[in-house]
Amino acid sequence: MKKLILHIVLIFIAVITLIPFIWMISASLMFDGHASVFPPRFIPDQFTLIQYERLFERLSIARNFINSLVLSLLVTVISLTFNSMAGYAFAKYKFKGKNKLFNLLISSMIIPAQVTMLPLFLMLKWMGFINTYMAIIIPGLANIFGIFLIRQYCISIPDSLIEAARIDGANDFLIYRKIILPLLTPVLATLAIFTFLGTWNDFLWPLIVMTDDSMYTLPVALANLMLEHTKDPELMMAGSVVTILPVIIVFLALQKYYMKGIMMGSVKE
Amino acid sequence: MKANNIKTVIFFLAPALGSIFIFFFIPVIAAFIISFTDFDIYTLGDLSTLRFIGFDNYAKLLNDELFWTALQNTFYFVVVAGPLSIAVSLSAALLLNSKLTKFKSLFRLAYFLPVVTTLVAVAIVWRFIYHPNFGILNFFLGMFGINPIDWLGDPFWAMPSIIILAVWKNFGYNMIIFIAGLQNIPDELYEAADIEGASAFQKFIHITLPMLAPTTIFVSIITMIGYFQLFAEPYVMTQGGPLNKTLSIVQYMYQEGFRWWNMGYSASIAFILFIIIFIGTLLQFRIQKINR
Repeated sequence: MKKLILHIVLIFIAVITLIPFIWMISASLMFDGHASVFPPRFIPDQFTLIQYERLFERLSIARNFINSLVLSLLVTVISLTFNSMAGYAFAKYKFKGKNKLFNLLISSMIIPAQVTMLPLFLMLKWMGFINTYMAIIIPGLANIFGIFLIRQYCISIPDSLIEAARIDGANDFLIYRKIILPLLTPVLATLAIFTFLGTWNDFLWPLIVMTDDSMYTLPVALANLMLEHTKDPELMMAGSVVTILPVIIVFLALQKYYMKGIMMGSVKE
Repeated sequence: MKANNIKTVIFFLAPALGSIFIFFFIPVIAAFIISFTDFDIYTLGDLSTLRFIGFDNYAKLLNDELFWTALQNTFYFVVVAGPLSIAVSLSAALLLNSKLTKFKSLFRLAYFLPVVTTLVAVAIVWRFIYHPNFGILNFFLGMFGINPIDWLGDPFWAMPSIIILAVWKNFGYNMIIFIAGLQNIPDELYEAADIEGASAFQKFIHITLPMLAPTTIFVSIITMIGYFQLFAEPYVMTQGGPLNKTLSIVQYMYQEGFRWWNMGYSASIAFILFIIIFIGTLLQFRIQKINR
């Protein structure tokens, strides 16, 4: 009996978390106006892909999709490289002021990104990068949380491994490239999925620095589309599906690493 | 390890720390300086018009009704959505952690899905869910005899609507952290309590909650920091309306800085946000120390 009630509650919560997605997908497959009826339809009366055709043909959302994809991939690859180098140095090298520097970085994580946005905008404007990919790549080159995550993981790699390679005559970069990086694969996967999803889902910064329709990332394009199509749920749901589907696929593929990342971030105290 | 060549250290650190220094630390300092100037649209064209005006921006904020409204709305959001999110996360974690629960990973996945999805996209989905005539929320409430509510159009309901969306979107994240915390509580504690004849409720109050205290503090800090930065939900769903009832601090900062180009004024708003988050974090660390 207790077990039955427990599962009824569990299913009830699952219905609440999933029903917006089910309705979204279903409405995206309807003709104009077919989602604006009472009582609401949860299964399309007639299936159609016309909303997706409009998005891709008339509204050129493919361009925004490519912007989001390329930017998320670039930011992920670059920041993973930079963060892993710095995280490795903090974990395995001795130098003056190391702990002070590391603590300074950690404590500055409390500063909200919004504080930096105005000067960063002015800097990028002065450099001529507003409305270019660089405007999104530059603030994403490295991040403190990533350095922290990699350092924590790197500390557990035994020094003897590095010493042995050094005796064999490997230089520092070769050790990093051939020994450290392969051992870091799990934490790199974790960081990759966090960075990719973070960049893909980001809204405020791309809204500020991208000024042309053709340079918008998907969330900005979608928010912009919403202004003109407040009365077109079917079209807007198709846009939402196009935006959400890739992140769900990436998440499902790398779920294990994502969950680990949440744990690692939460045990630092 | 032995002391290393400083050149090697610089080689590894420079790319990351260089970009963090130039594109994070310098902007923070610059924002602080700009908040004491009258940087505006004219300054954008001609830097020589820039003047230092001391604390004028901050003084102006004190008398700016719209700023107080934004502050009040944001606090409303943080104070209600924060504890509510944490309560839902903890409840879901307890349900999933029960020994009786089947298909744990499937439920966990379903609860977690909203977390990874794009905020702007789900805010748009919810905008239609909240539709007064055709929205599915009013449809379900109607089955229980509740009259249709104009969720986003009614000044009273607009902020609760955003709170519901935020809880729905975010509870899965803290749930994962709570599950890990629950699994770290030694079984012996519960077994000992069973021998003493403790009820499930007593075990929850005297074992689970105290053992979860560090997790709860951590979760409340990250939730609070995130919620003070409320922006996309009102931007997409209400544009700060109706009657400015959902205007948030970040949205006000965005409008002042990037719509009207009052950058000095906007920088001072950003710093107030930083100070609030800073104080909030200190307070929660203090609570943690008292509890020990």
